[in-house]
Amino acid sequence: MTTLLLVLPVAAPAAAALLAFISGRHRQAAMAACAAAVIIAACGGLLAVSQASMPDHAFGGLLRADALTATLLIIIGTVGIPATWAGIGYLAQEIAGGHSTPRRVRWYSTLVPAFLGAMALAVVSGNIGLTWAAVEATTVITAFLVGHRRGRAALEAAWKYVVICSVGIALALLGTVLLYFAAVHAGVPAEHALDIETLLHHAGSLDPAVTRTAAGLLLIGYGAKAGLIPFHSWLADAHSQAPAPVSALMSGVLLAVGAFALLRVKPVIDMAVGTGFLRGGLLVVGLATVALAALMLVGQTDYKRMLAYSSMENMGLVAIAAAVGSRLAMVALLLHVLAHGIAKTLLFLAAGQLQHAHGSTAIAAVRGVLARSRLIGVAMAIGVAAVVALPPFGLFGSVVSIARSLAEARLIWVLAALAILLVIAFAGMAERTVTMLLGNPDPDAPAIAVPRSLATALAVGVIACVALGITMGPLGGLFAGAADIVAVPG
Amino acid sequence: MPGQTETVTVTTAAGALLLTAVLIVWRRELRAMVLLLTCQGVALAALPIIEGMQRAEAGLVSIGLVVLTLRAAVLPLVLARLVTAHSTARREGRPVIGTVASLLVTALLIVLSFAMARPIQRLADGTDAPAVGMVLAVVFIALFTMATRRRALSQAVGFLMLDNGITGIAFLLTSGVPVIVELGASLDVLFVTLVLGLLGRALQRTFGDTDTHRLRELRD
Repeated sequence: MTTLLLVLPVAAPAAAALLAFISGRHRQAAMAACAAAVIIAACGGLLAVSQASMPDHAFGGLLRADALTATLLIIIGTVGIPATWAGIGYLAQEIAGGHSTPRRVRWYSTLVPAFLGAMALAVVSGNIGLTWAAVEATTVITAFLVGHRRGRAALEAAWKYVVICSVGIALALLGTVLLYFAAVHAGVPAEHALDIETLLHHAGSLDPAVTRTAAGLLLIGYGAKAGLIPFHSWLADAHSQAPAPVSALMSGVLLAVGAFALLRVKPVIDMAVGTGFLRGGLLVVGLATVALAALMLVGQTDYKRMLAYSSMENMGLVAIAAAVGSRLAMVALLLHVLAHGIAKTLLFLAAGQLQHAHGSTAIAAVRGVLARSRLIGVAMAIGVAAVVALPPFGLFGSVVSIARSLAEARLIWVLAALAILLVIAFAGMAERTVTMLLGNPDPDAPAIAVPRSLATALAVGVIACVALGITMGPLGGLFAGAADIVAVPG
Repeated sequence: MPGQTETVTVTTAAGALLLTAVLIVWRRELRAMVLLLTCQGVALAALPIIEGMQRAEAGLVSIGLVVLTLRAAVLPLVLARLVTAHSTARREGRPVIGTVASLLVTALLIVLSFAMARPIQRLADGTDAPAVGMVLAVVFIALFTMATRRRALSQAVGFLMLDNGITGIAFLLTSGVPVIVELGASLDVLFVTLVLGLLGRALQRTFGDTDTHRLRELRD
């Protein structure tokens, strides 16, 4: 049963991708992709229910089911459902506007479910080598999605994205190789030396010097994929140029998958070299990322880049929560990732319609959205309120918990710096959003079209966003279980 | 514990990896860079083949042959197609950092990597043999090349050099990671190179050039 639940999240999107490639009809393809996202979320849910027997393995440790796997599958599925469904309307608009050829539509429809499948593979993997390969595959798959719109800006973004992420991920491979080497040297049989379970058992006997080098490389490498400094510069370009549903997936889950890859090996590294090493690295990287994002938000003139920098800000927060590493911080981290994913999906989908209407992503070009389209306006208002961590949304709860865990860990200076940076970021985003939403609309401003599939996706997102603010429901127990796996003991 | 002759041949292959990397920093003709990359692929493939022959392991030798086909033939060919697509630019343009300064930085990077490699080499065989340090230097030189070259193709060469270095370290330390990971990694490199090739040509069609410093549309 567990084997099936681990294989389906990869097999279903793969089948959807194949179907899309053969048929080439984008409506059916998007529905199949959405069905695949539902299956991913459902498998995550079922794994969460059978948590008692965790961790469980399939194919001799190649795949692994535990609470963390289930959590990530639920996050991928939850963000994937609205993002793939909105793809129906997105492609219909592109085709109607003459911006797309049948060939590009076919590739889009094929690559989106393939992207979901690669992310699912990264999280169900119990082998850090396989996780690495899956994370790298997401880069290759999304390269053409980022460049989908063609044109100078899109191609430039795609090139930078592939080059920067490939370098980052190559460094993560070097880190993985060194960890493997340290494990083999500690007497672990070579065929199991990349299995996370085996590594956890032998973590105490890994050579500290080699493991430290490996940890540094893994932090920088997977950090690139999670949008963390120093390999962050692809993020704003790629997020602003990719089609709206793809931006939603990249911001909502791809960044989280990058962070997951690091979280998976964190307990091994903590046991081998002590908790101080990664904590220091994550704190520096996390704070620097939040600081850069906050500064970029203040002077921002482009609303899609504004959303991208807000993603960086939130991933920096995730890194800081991971640095603290207590159970409270880890539960907050997981809630933060899920709530951010849903809210950012809303925002990117809404922004996509604004871009379609105005033909521009300049903040100055957009005024009075709330008066022109109630649905887009409300979705944006809720999304922004959620990502800047206003109550009663999920991110408010997670940010407060992260702050509390920082205080408990006596990292007061980090807390102080973080508070100032978050206020700056809040001010930057809130001011721009208010002018976009409420300003007096230009009398000849274009109408904002809202395709029915997009309206459905936005409605689902709004409900999920609000629901998560009120209660975590059964997710609370799951997050606690997942936090126990990655939290620093004691 | 490896025998004396094996150590010498392995060190020679590692040295060839490093030498080609330094030459890539020195040369600016795109064709010469691709040719040097091919030589580097041969040196890289020599590592598992030498070890496989000494230990009489057919598996290692065949992995070496796969590496040879991929890195000394397929990948350079993909890149070479990009060079022929260049009608105007067959040379790396005006450098960000001059050749002499680049070579000095390269020397510093080599010293740094030898220092970094010491604990790793000690754990590997208890000696101070230079092989790991040499190949680690290839990784750093590749990063440096990618940061300072302007042409799309040069950046692709830098990326493949980076990957050669990492694979080289894997072979030196562990006779390669498990086959499934090695295959996955090779496939990924192949796909990344194909993607870079396709994007590179699209860039040239759109921008009329592959000078990545012209990529200035996106900025804050």
